[in-house]
Amino acid sequence: MKATHVYTPYRPKWYRKRVSTWWWTQQWRSFKFILRELSSVAVGYCGAILLVLLWSLTQGPEAFATFQSWMKTPLFIVMSVIAFGFVLYHSITWFNLAPKAMPVRVGGKRLPEWMIAAPNYVAWIVMSAVVIWFLLGGK
Amino acid sequence: MAKRSNEPFLWSLFSSGGMIAALMFPVLLFLFGLAFPLGWFDAPSYERLLALVSSWPVRLVLFGLCSLPLFHGAHRFRFTLYDGLQIKHLNELIAVFCYGSAIAGTVLAAYILWNIP
Repeated sequence: MKATHVYTPYRPKWYRKRVSTWWWTQQWRSFKFILRELSSVAVGYCGAILLVLLWSLTQGPEAFATFQSWMKTPLFIVMSVIAFGFVLYHSITWFNLAPKAMPVRVGGKRLPEWMIAAPNYVAWIVMSAVVIWFLLGGK
Repeated sequence: MAKRSNEPFLWSLFSSGGMIAALMFPVLLFLFGLAFPLGWFDAPSYERLLALVSSWPVRLVLFGLCSLPLFHGAHRFRFTLYDGLQIKHLNELIAVFCYGSAIAGTVLAAYILWNIP
């Protein structure tokens, strides 16, 4: 018998049922999972809008006015409404997952999940208030 | 010899980007995508926004705000295609496209923020 093993990237094939491309439509749980994963598209949309906004600021007042008039077109309003729904969904699922991803133990016992999720929600409210204050407050 | 995976590094970008997106994107999109265009609030003037983003601490924050969520989105979208649509044979191409877009966005963000007057 040879002492060394030879690894190959291929395993012997065993019987596997073919999974449909639409497997996630069969169950509400998996559908929610795909919705959550699709929030990445909305995050990308937000990032792109932010970049265009900043770029327009470097180009002068006319470019900024053009940016604003774009955002008023029905197409962008509809996309923003949809994306806003998705980023909200991302925030909520993200904060609720935090205690599962990072369980905190105090004195050998796991803290209850809400004690880890709650500070996230507080931070969310605080950060949103800071952004609003920066943009709108203190004329 | 086992190949060292770069998954942990990508995951750190993914999770910090996800946190930033979760905290900041809803309010930003609400304001710039809905509230200002629909006239619910008066949009800040060009001069005010420019003054705001010109300060270096704000530029630094904006850099993180642009870049990290792009990596988060890229990572997640990659695995949406992988798990959801089961496009496994195009794995490399999709990874290059996703992370490549995030890197391009990061470079663009650095360029824009550097050149704010």
